[in-house]
Amino acid sequence: MAEFEPKIVAFVCNWCTYAGADLTGTSRIKYASNVRIVRFPCTGRIDYMLLLKAFDEGADGIIVSGCHPNDCHYTSGNFHARRRWIMFRSLCDFTGIDTERIKFSWVSAAEGAKWADIVNATVASVRELGPYSEYKKVAKYPEREVSHG
Amino acid sequence: MVDLIKRAKELIESSAVKVVIGYENGTGNRTRALFVEKTEDADKLIFDSRCIQNLAAYVTKREVKDKGKMAIAATLPVMRSIIQLASEFQVNDNNLLVLGITPESKLIEFENLVEVETFVHQYQIEIDARNKEMLDRLDNMTKAERWKFWIDELAPCFKCYACRAACPMCYCHRCTVDFNQPQWIPVPSHELGNLEWHIMRAIHLTGRCIDCDACYNACPLYIPINLLTKKMMLDAREHFGGYQPALKGEHLMSTYKPDDKENFIQ
Repeated sequence: MAEFEPKIVAFVCNWCTYAGADLTGTSRIKYASNVRIVRFPCTGRIDYMLLLKAFDEGADGIIVSGCHPNDCHYTSGNFHARRRWIMFRSLCDFTGIDTERIKFSWVSAAEGAKWADIVNATVASVRELGPYSEYKKVAKYPEREVSHG
Repeated sequence: MVDLIKRAKELIESSAVKVVIGYENGTGNRTRALFVEKTEDADKLIFDSRCIQNLAAYVTKREVKDKGKMAIAATLPVMRSIIQLASEFQVNDNNLLVLGITPESKLIEFENLVEVETFVHQYQIEIDARNKEMLDRLDNMTKAERWKFWIDELAPCFKCYACRAACPMCYCHRCTVDFNQPQWIPVPSHELGNLEWHIMRAIHLTGRCIDCDACYNACPLYIPINLLTKKMMLDAREHFGGYQPALKGEHLMSTYKPDDKENFIQ
């Protein structure tokens, strides 16, 4: 059997983490290629349903990242998001969804190296956890084409 | 309840209100909601320990609202719901009169919602021993056990949405679960959709649920979905301080503090 390659979805904000990830690239820092980045205008826009949908579609791990507190382009989007994550995370924990597969972080536009570290660490820890088979078993219905891009 | 019947008759007769919402005898030793629009109907009003349905669910319904000013026979959870609804601009003093029923089953009429709020704030929202024990049991389980518990508990759910219909806080004209572009939540009765629906419900009620258990009482399968909202309430208390529905002030999830504490963001 081929070695398990974790599929990681990253939900990032346009202003900090996306720019930070750009910097990782322009700084020619190598990092794991398992991550699929989805760009959002702000962490405040990252709906908890999107995280659930990522697991539905076969993600093994999720990264949610945005501007550091006080650095939000829209002043308070990340503060609102933080509250939401606190509650969502505890609900996930209560329903038995593996919260170790969801990493939250603050990565600014200047932290290209930190982004690489976050991705590498997440990939390593999810690789250890293995495929998220509990969720995939439940998500098998409705059967549909999942594009493996 | 003689006082309630008398007061309902007076209110209807004087046209102070157009409809009085209360309980009447239903079928099979159950009670159901009664909408008194004529004085003779007021005689059907009852109140006893079987009256656990949260009548506040009706005050946001257009069919009831359109009748004109409403009066509602409100137990403590119903009063809490009304305060929360008022803080969300769904009801106000002009369209709702509260006929409070105290935990001692005494009738008190409130002049305005501020008085209702004062009354409600005398009582803390407490989780009863049985549910507390259940929550503790779940907390002590491993993650895998909790996952199995919820998948098994939610498996029979066929999404009749009785929990949504019974909940006074679920008043959106179009619920996320009804959306089909995109289809957020799969419609069939299936583990995935069931899990997502109940997670969504719990999240949307976070900081708003006043723990009336109407959802659980309405569930035809006795799925303990109220545990989800109870857990959210306890965690919200722990993280952001205790909450009581209040007419003024910020809503828990639509506000923030720059120094909100968490321990998981890297």
